[in-house]
Amino acid sequence: MTSPPAHSHGAPPPTTPPAHHVSARSLLATLATAGAVAGLLIVVVFGWAAPIIEHNKALALQAAIREVLKQPADCDTLYLVGGRLTAEVPADADLKRLERVYLGYDEQRRPVGFAIAAGEPGFSDIVRVIFGYDPATKQLLGMKVIESKETPGLGDKIEKDSSFVRQFRSALTPLVGVKPERRNPEDRHQVDMITGATISSRVVIRTINNALARLGPVLDGYSAEGK
Amino acid sequence: MTKHVTTPTQDVLRGIWHENPVLVQALGLCPTLAVTNSVANSLAMSVATFFVLVGSSFLVSSFKRFIPNEVRIATYVLIIATFVTLADMSLEALVPTVHKALGAFVGLIVVNCIILARQEAFAAKHPVGRSVLDAIGSGFGFTITMLIMGSIREVLGAGSFLGYRLFGASFEPWVIFTLPPGGFFTLGFVLLFLAWWQKRQELQAKVRAWPEGVGERKAA
Repeated sequence: MTSPPAHSHGAPPPTTPPAHHVSARSLLATLATAGAVAGLLIVVVFGWAAPIIEHNKALALQAAIREVLKQPADCDTLYLVGGRLTAEVPADADLKRLERVYLGYDEQRRPVGFAIAAGEPGFSDIVRVIFGYDPATKQLLGMKVIESKETPGLGDKIEKDSSFVRQFRSALTPLVGVKPERRNPEDRHQVDMITGATISSRVVIRTINNALARLGPVLDGYSAEGK
Repeated sequence: MTKHVTTPTQDVLRGIWHENPVLVQALGLCPTLAVTNSVANSLAMSVATFFVLVGSSFLVSSFKRFIPNEVRIATYVLIIATFVTLADMSLEALVPTVHKALGAFVGLIVVNCIILARQEAFAAKHPVGRSVLDAIGSGFGFTITMLIMGSIREVLGAGSFLGYRLFGASFEPWVIFTLPPGGFFTLGFVLLFLAWWQKRQELQAKVRAWPEGVGERKAA
């Protein structure tokens, strides 16, 4: 900062602002205009993109449900309301906040099992899986990882290693994770963990066990009601 | 200081080679290290960055007369953030799998210093046409670097290129190349190679310029 030049005759120094002074109004106007234009652009593109994004997500979820329920003929969405599963939602409930499970049917409209999505913290960030479960036999029908940021090449084997994923198509719950060399082939509760991805394998097993511990009675209740 | 005037070709080539944002200026290293674990991710990230860079340079240069100096950075960041949001939503709608793979890094283009640097150093002071050419050059420079990194890392780390398997079943992928340390290794080797190559070019130019070129070559 340079000090203003001293004046002769003892007059007070001039209070005129420096030459490049910009009024506060012009600063505000610039930012407000930029903000308004930015908002407009974003709203226009959002209007185009949002329905497509929703559609893509619905398709992905549908494909995942079909995969873990072994290609059911039909599928219903059930909501967990007040500790019970129901297809009809009370009018005042917020659909987005309700937990939901999906019930698949075969051609004769007999239920084949529930698809349940659940997540738990993994090695890095939440691992979300969806799995198919038949309450009558307490057997899993399939498992698919729908969201994970596990280490590429190691932890991400929980979704890419087909021999790991295949085990969840027939295992009995509750699951027990074991090292491959200690596995007892007679025990259908046992699931091989992946060498080098122990934490990630354990997360998948824990997620399924915890979700069933929480939802199992509700699912049993719904199945008993239906009969 | 005399004003250095460049031709349109120079405006484009500068960003691609002599002032390559990543390889020479060492800017924008975060996406260069983080999302180059496959060619597809590198390409998608480059396209998004290219779009944001060219769009921002165009807008900043068009409106530079109306933007007071005091709020210029706030305005530039707002413009950049808008383009990033548009790119983010478009990617999610058009290529959901790639968008998922890029994760948070699309949003982080807002703070990519290549983009803000081009606005401050060039677009804010030059006409629209030249600013766009400059942005195209830097965008291509970034894209080329990303593709070099992505190709090396995917071929060595996964044994594939754009998802197509290159080697037989006996090839054991060097997983480390798709992990973060592999990004550092690859960038280090690429920079090392370029430095060596540049030294060699300089030496050759010196040898050619020498009057008794042949004798000098022997001495070297």
